[in-house]
Amino acid sequence: MPVYRDEGVVLRTQKLGEADRIVTLLTRSHGKIRAVAKGVRRTASKFGARLEPFMVADVQIYEGRSLDIISQAESLGSYGANIVDDYPRYTAASVMVETADKVTESEGSPQQYLLLVGALRSLSRNEHAPSLTLDSYLLRALSMAGWAPSIDFCAKCGTEGIHGSFVVQLGGMLCEKCAPVGAARIDAATVDLLDALLRGDWDRAEAHTAVTLSRGSGIISAYAQYHLERGLRSMEHVAR
Amino acid sequence: MYEGIVQELIDELGRLPGIGPKSAQRIAFHILQTESFDVSRLASVLVEVREKVRFCEICGNVTQEVTCSICRDPRRDATSICVVEEAKDVVAIERTREFKGFYHVLGGAISPIDGIGPDNLRIRQLMTRLADNTVQEVIIATDPNLEGEATATYLTRLLSSLEIKVTRLASGLPVGGDLEYADEVTLGRAFEGRRTVS
Ligand SMILES: [Zn+2]
Ligand SMILES: [Zn+2]
Repeated sequence: MPVYRDEGVVLRTQKLGEADRIVTLLTRSHGKIRAVAKGVRRTASKFGARLEPFMVADVQIYEGRSLDIISQAESLGSYGANIVDDYPRYTAASVMVETADKVTESEGSPQQYLLLVGALRSLSRNEHAPSLTLDSYLLRALSMAGWAPSIDFCAKCGTEGIHGSFVVQLGGMLCEKCAPVGAARIDAATVDLLDALLRGDWDRAEAHTAVTLSRGSGIISAYAQYHLERGLRSMEHVAR
Repeated sequence: MYEGIVQELIDELGRLPGIGPKSAQRIAFHILQTESFDVSRLASVLVEVREKVRFCEICGNVTQEVTCSICRDPRRDATSICVVEEAKDVVAIERTREFKGFYHVLGGAISPIDGIGPDNLRIRQLMTRLADNTVQEVIIATDPNLEGEATATYLTRLLSSLEIKVTRLASGLPVGGDLEYADEVTLGRAFEGRRTVS
């Protein structure tokens, strides 16, 4: 049986049979994989908590006929414990892994892997507000997947500059000429926030007021819900 | 694919939790080929269980009455409630003989990715039970895995506004597992060594 080894972050787990779980991992080099962790639900399991969502592990996997089997897992980052300690962190991380699952539907990439691991680590260390970490992750994961919103140019005609409308369905900012009648207006502060989040400029993002931050969150979640197929189930449960 | 009704049976069995296509096929052929297997008995139990079993109006445990036998027992200690995810956890904790209070079955754990938030669990009913100040301690005994811990975090935050002692089972329980797999001794110890979280 062919064996391979890779680093992976656990996106989700599903119960299988009496005591097993199917673990969905986003790996660094093998894209997204689904593999069985045998006996993981038994309290004496050798895997312990290493294959729970949000965990990063070095895994050894046997290629099975239908499903692959995880034979070993060494922890590389146990972010789960700190994340579940705080409810807003937990709900933010849940949206992140669901997003990662969706944007890597066809194929994963080392960049998506590193982006997710970085975001979960930051969340577990409480470096920034959970909702801001989530917003930045969403914008960047979507951009990497090819759905970058236009920020400093019109999504339709390409005219550069800071425009006045943001239309989720049309891919971002729109100039006066291209914006459909009744398109939602967006203020300059919110545009600046989106730009800062997309670039990972935390100082600039965190300088914004609570009102702007919540406007930004609203736009980003609508944007993610629209561009990801079937939307994100976890989004409505986010505690901000 | 099998013909007609055989495939239908396999499909129906395959809908059950934890049963993959191969297991479904194996069970289907066991039913078809084993003469000693009493099909009508299984069929009638399935129908009966749906008709007769319901969820206790107080705690959410399974019962054939309006309330379960634990909630009806006057010898139980009304000052403490143990919160669990599923009815099977009540059975696991009862086996330890460590707990004499009442239970509250949430009906699962908070798992946003599966679309399950606090409103999808019996949390509001728990708050109602705590309203009359009889209960002095709430023991959170959700599973020692990620979703169980997150649910405990949520409940702790929610209950911290009340004048009630909130405790969580001791972390002697290995993490990652399901509560129902903990042996009586380990679970009993986890109960004894429960820590105050609020
Ligand atoms: Zn334009
Ligand atoms: Zn009851």
